[in-house]
Parts: sequence; C-alpha cells; structure tokens
Amino acid sequence: MSSIESRGYAHPEALVSTEWVAAHLNDPSIRIIESNEDTLLYASGHIPGSVNVDWTSDLNDQLRRDYITKEGFEQLMSRIGATKDTTVVFYGDKNNWWACYAFWVFQLFGHTNARVMDGGRIKWEKEKRPVTRDVPTYAKTNYISSERADAKHRAFRDEVLAHMQAKRQLVDVRSPDEFSGARMHMPDYPNEGALRGGHIPGAKSIPWARAINPDDGTFKTAEELRKIYVEEKQLSASQPTIAYCRIGERSSHTWFALKYLLGFDNVRNYDGSWTEWGNMVNVPIEK
Amino acid sequence: MALDRLNAVLETFDTFPDPADRTDLLLGYADQFKEVPPEVARRPFPESNHVPQCESDAYIWAIANPDGTLKFHFAVENPSGVSAKALATILDKTLSGLPAEDIATVDNSIVERIFRRNISMGKGMGLMSMVDAVKTLAKKAAGKVIPGG
Repeated sequence: MSSIESRGYAHPEALVSTEWVAAHLNDPSIRIIESNEDTLLYASGHIPGSVNVDWTSDLNDQLRRDYITKEGFEQLMSRIGATKDTTVVFYGDKNNWWACYAFWVFQLFGHTNARVMDGGRIKWEKEKRPVTRDVPTYAKTNYISSERADAKHRAFRDEVLAHMQAKRQLVDVRSPDEFSGARMHMPDYPNEGALRGGHIPGAKSIPWARAINPDDGTFKTAEELRKIYVEEKQLSASQPTIAYCRIGERSSHTWFALKYLLGFDNVRNYDGSWTEWGNMVNVPIEK
Repeated sequence: MALDRLNAVLETFDTFPDPADRTDLLLGYADQFKEVPPEVARRPFPESNHVPQCESDAYIWAIANPDGTLKFHFAVENPSGVSAKALATILDKTLSGLPAEDIATVDNSIVERIFRRNISMGKGMGLMSMVDAVKTLAKKAAGKVIPGG
C-alpha cells in the first residue's frame, strides 16, 4: 500500500500507519487507544502502552441512549493520562469501526488532536508486530473539557427528517440487504429490534466496506474514494451530508472517510441510525 | 450424567459475574487452544468443515472413536478469534469423549451462559453456530458414524 501522504487525502494527518505507531510506542505525547467490539480482544493482547476505551462502558451514557457528559469525558481522559496536548491514536477490530466511532465521540468534545491507525488491529496482527497483555498505568491528568458540542458532527432524528425532506445527501452504509429491507440487521448479527426494514428515502447505498482495501483493511486512496462517492454515487463534497447505519458505528467509519480523506465540508453521523428510524412511528421509509 | 463436564464449566462461569474475571477465565481457555493436527486436516481446510456465520473463520472436525464417542478438533483462522478459541477449547474439553447421542443434546444457549457481557454483537451468532455445528456433527455421527469426519 502506498504511503498515507501519497494518497491524496484532504487531511492526511488524521491517519497514521502501523509503521508510524510502531515508531511512537514510547512517545509520551502519544496515547494509543484500542476500541473494539469484542471485549476480549484488548485483554488478549494489545499494542504495548495502549489503553482500552470501551464504546459501551466508557463512551455511552449508562442510562440514556446518549454519550457521556463533559464530566464523563474529563474522567475518561484523566484515567488514560491524556491532556489537551496529547495526540490520541485509535485502532481496533472490525476494520476500525469502533476506533472511528471513538474518534468521532472525541470530536464531540473537541479533542481534535486525534488520529486513526490505518488498517486497525488486524493489520498490526498480520504484520506480527508486538503485543502485550500488560495493562499500562498513566499518571492521572486534570483534563478540562469543553461541553459536548453535537451540532457539527452528530445528527438527530428531527434533523435527519428535515434533511431528507430537503432532499439533501444521505448515505446508508449498511449492507445491500439491510438497505433493501430484505433483512433488518447485519449478516451474522442478531436483530436489535428494528420493526421495519428499508432505508431513509433518498439515501444512497454505499456500504462502508467500499472505502477499504479488503486485503489489509487500509483506506483506499483519495482518487479511488472519489470515484465511488463522488463520481459513481454523485455526492458533492460541498453539500451537507448525513451518514447512518444501525447504531452509528459503521457510519462513523464512512463519516471519517468523507470528512478527513475526501474533505467533505459538512458531514454528520446519525447515531440513532436504523435502530431509531426503523422503529419510529410515521416516518417515511423506502424499500 | 453425560454432560457433567460441560455443566461443571458452566457452573464455574456462573460464579464469575464480574466481566473482568470472566475475561481472565475465557482467556485462560483461549490460551489452551490446540489447532487441528495435520493428520486430521491441513490447509486449505475444506469448506465442508467451515462454521457458517462465524467471523472468526472457525472449522470443526469430529472424529469417531472405536467406542462410538467423538473427538472434536478445531481451527480458528482469524487472529482476532479469541472468543472462538475459548469456546472451541471448552467444547473439546467437555464434549470430546462423549457418545454422539449425548453431544447432540447440547443447547446453543450455553454461549450466553459462558460469555454473558463478554459476548460482542458480531460474535454471538458465530459462537452459537459453532455449537450448532458440533451438534450437527454429533447428530450425523449418531445416525451413522463416519470415521474421519
């Protein structure tokens, strides 16, 4: 795979290679964060010095379907020993779904000094790079966060409805069968309770995996991405865009690709996604 | 009782409600994972032994012993397939050596009991498929024991 700098991305600084991470394992200004779907993986072995941030217990509010508050984020950053100046580098399983999801949540709190490790955990493993079961401890910090600011990066249901009615750009990143309504959940996943199948009217079906190289999970070049999202699917980088999936994890991956790799000006992630839309009363659905 | 070993393992897991303790227990099993020996199967493994719906890319073989019991072997091709390796080890340790008829009675709900909150969304279906595949092989063997698979 070509170097990240040579791939023509709008914001190449948002992506780092496994080589780069390997060269910064002992860099105190870097905090490597593993975020997985599989809760066993971090404990089974992780990049030396990396900390675990779990999407359910660390990033989600434990009562409401929402994210942690400013105070919760401050506690999290304190626990992992991060300051405002710390560069956080995310990686994880499932081709970085949850790494991108965690990256996205961090943006709600304005921690822009963030990167994603291209190829994620599987690439690191396949390259036989070092892993450890030692869980590092870092001195707690006094991280003062700004209030969570959802508006720039996150879309809520009423906004999605208005966006749809205005015929603006919507990207459905789920599998083709989920998009068509043939199934209401990902292949091999349980149905998480959506009562209706289909997609939000006007949404374009662009499964998240089209953004990656299947052999190593790295992102495709900007030119390859542009061919898919701009030429084939006719999305405009200057138009407001909302991506969704079922709970916002796969669409975080596409959100990252659109915003940082293709430079879309205004792209938001609808984390309510199909588990909300497919259950709402009296909202339009297409099949 | 035929499933004594399996029930003992399930009861052990029941005593560890804390996900962190359960993680240690599961990793302990995953660490004991032994891949299918070359005298039973070599790569590329046949599709007929592949577990459907399992993102860990698991394969299962059931070898009939002369006394009518079965010996299970597994392969897990995904390097991140820690859960699959843990379950494979548990299934081998608790079901190998039992008559096929008894193995065929195992319910795939054991996955929920073993993994509880340690089960990830994408893993649950695949792990239950592993149990289903074991049951299917056992049912086949109970009808007609096929040496070698």
